[in-house]
Amino acid sequence: MSSSKTKKKQSRKKKSAKKYPLKVEKIGKKFGGLSAVDNVSFSIEKGSITGLIGPNGAGKSTTFDLITGITSSDTGSVKFNGEDITGKRPYQIANIGLVRTFQITRELKEMTVMENVMLAPKNQIGQQLSSVLLSRGRRKIENQEAELLEKAWETLDTFHLDKLANEYAGNLSGGQRKLLEMARVMMMDPSMMLLDEPMAGVNPTLKKQIITLIKKLSKDGYTFLLVEHDMDVVMNHCNPIIVMHNGGVILEGTASEISTNERVIDAYLGGSE
Amino acid sequence: MKFNREMFLKNDFRIVVSTFVGISFLFIIVAMILGLDFNGTVNTIQRIMFLSAVYAMVVLALNLQWGYAGIFNIGVAGFMLSGVYTMAIITGDPNGLIPGLGLPLPIGIIGGVLMASLLGLLISIPTLKLKADYLAIVTIGFAEIIRYTANALTFKTFSIAGVEMGTGAGRGIHLPMNPIRGLYYTDPSNLGLGKTVFGEYVFGFFEIVQVQSSVVVSWTYAIVLIFVVGLFYLVIYRIGNSPFGRVLKAIREDEVVANALGKNTDIYKMKVFAIGCGLMGLAGILWQGSYGYTNPTTFQPILTFYIFIALIIGGSGSNTGSIMGGVVFASLLFEGPNFVRRVIMHVFKFDKAPNSIIEAVIPISSLDLGPFVAYSLANISSLRVVFLGLVLIYIIQNRPEGLLGDRKELAASIDISRRPVIETKERKDA
Repeated sequence: MSSSKTKKKQSRKKKSAKKYPLKVEKIGKKFGGLSAVDNVSFSIEKGSITGLIGPNGAGKSTTFDLITGITSSDTGSVKFNGEDITGKRPYQIANIGLVRTFQITRELKEMTVMENVMLAPKNQIGQQLSSVLLSRGRRKIENQEAELLEKAWETLDTFHLDKLANEYAGNLSGGQRKLLEMARVMMMDPSMMLLDEPMAGVNPTLKKQIITLIKKLSKDGYTFLLVEHDMDVVMNHCNPIIVMHNGGVILEGTASEISTNERVIDAYLGGSE
Repeated sequence: MKFNREMFLKNDFRIVVSTFVGISFLFIIVAMILGLDFNGTVNTIQRIMFLSAVYAMVVLALNLQWGYAGIFNIGVAGFMLSGVYTMAIITGDPNGLIPGLGLPLPIGIIGGVLMASLLGLLISIPTLKLKADYLAIVTIGFAEIIRYTANALTFKTFSIAGVEMGTGAGRGIHLPMNPIRGLYYTDPSNLGLGKTVFGEYVFGFFEIVQVQSSVVVSWTYAIVLIFVVGLFYLVIYRIGNSPFGRVLKAIREDEVVANALGKNTDIYKMKVFAIGCGLMGLAGILWQGSYGYTNPTTFQPILTFYIFIALIIGGSGSNTGSIMGGVVFASLLFEGPNFVRRVIMHVFKFDKAPNSIIEAVIPISSLDLGPFVAYSLANISSLRVVFLGLVLIYIIQNRPEGLLGDRKELAASIDISRRPVIETKERKDA
């Protein structure tokens, strides 16, 4: 009897994991005596474009670091698709479909844009040393490379980087680097993307196109969590919006709820709570 | 910039061959000035080729680690030593002064490569988290530990599970006979016993042009080594120009990104350590193997630095550049100064160099520069280090990317610089 109960519980859990692929529970991180992130919890709904906002130093990027395993959290847990990913290594988290971009772009400078993009895809046969060295796997690698190359060109088209394919990533402008980061992440085909200020430095026309792309993907079931300072983008396209301040979440709600909330206004205008 | 994979490879081959030819030509002129006979000239070029090939091999191996993956391994000499010594111990005569295991040479070579590779793997595990300079400290420390171990009296002879073996400590260790000799002589260890049919024929041919049999044997070995350089190139080219190489480059540029994009960077670094160090071990074996004897002094840290200089000159990250760097370093920078000395001594007929710097400097006051020049030339091996330093400073300031480092050798198994559609069109045209 008890087993059927747990089964029920499990199935319910699974259902909620299906609806909420990312669940952050009470995570916290201290650097020295300073608590960068403190007792932060939220769940992200599948197919949503959730905004994560807050003034500088609110702990948004650190939260991203904690979720993706770049920094290990002191307390709390993170679940992705029902699986506990707390303490997992960044590559493990990326490979199960949760991928991020960085606020300060981390393009691979002395690699071309194309190399950057071709690096990302998962399960590349040619990333196995044995298949690279043995002649037998050669054909397979080349075929897969050709496939990936086609996808890479399409992705570069999407982000208007196709003309820069052979340029070293280090020579790109700030906005182009942001685009490259996104292109790279798209090549991994993750089910959820954490985008850290993806629009910073991107020109308005392209910004619109990226928003359209994100919206289209979210309709297809991809989930987005984005940190963004461009309030236009956040207020018009993100739902829900999570507001962080001083390392904690102060509110989660719709754009209209956020814009009328006293605490949020205080946080942004520098008032204390 | 137009990029064409086939053209590129052809060009590279041409670059390397013309460098070889150019340098040979240069040394032929040097030999002519020195008044060497044909045999001497041929022998000189053989020495240059041999050393160039050795350097090219090690530089290629280092390029995999430093050029591709950005792993700052400055323990190269140590890994070469472990290859050579393991080979020596495995093949050594069990009843010799320094006993060995008495196994055949191929097993020795494989064992040596595996040992160097294993040590590389071993050192990689605790150092995975270390960044550039810290890793450098550990690797050079490790290499020195290996060298001191080979030098230690404690290990002159020792026994494992009752089997006697040893390193020979400071006096060095004997290496097996170079099997190339077996091509020419019926008994490689006793040349007097006669030549093989092949030996008769080849020696006979070269006797006509007055080239000694010993030079023919060394030349054969040099050619074998040049062939092995080709194999090294092929292996590292395959590793580097592939999705695997892409990950290595990404680790070099930003390990966090590589990790965030789902690559288990630790495993990649371990593999690169193991392969690179194994190849260094093999290069060490092929280098010292021709001398029949080696000692720990050969593997001082300066050897590692020479190899790094060669890589920087050639262009870190470029395989063809690595070969070029090895060749240019070994022939012009390493052997070159000696020949400069010989040429100047020969042309200006300096009779004798003074014994001390004072004797060399005092005549300058009476405007006699001769003794000073002669003294400098006599000490050219020390001056060579100064010279190397100057070359390095010049390159770092004026061409930090090295001879061939500025080119894009794209890490992919296919040409990723152009759209496939365009490519197929062009193919149809051609």
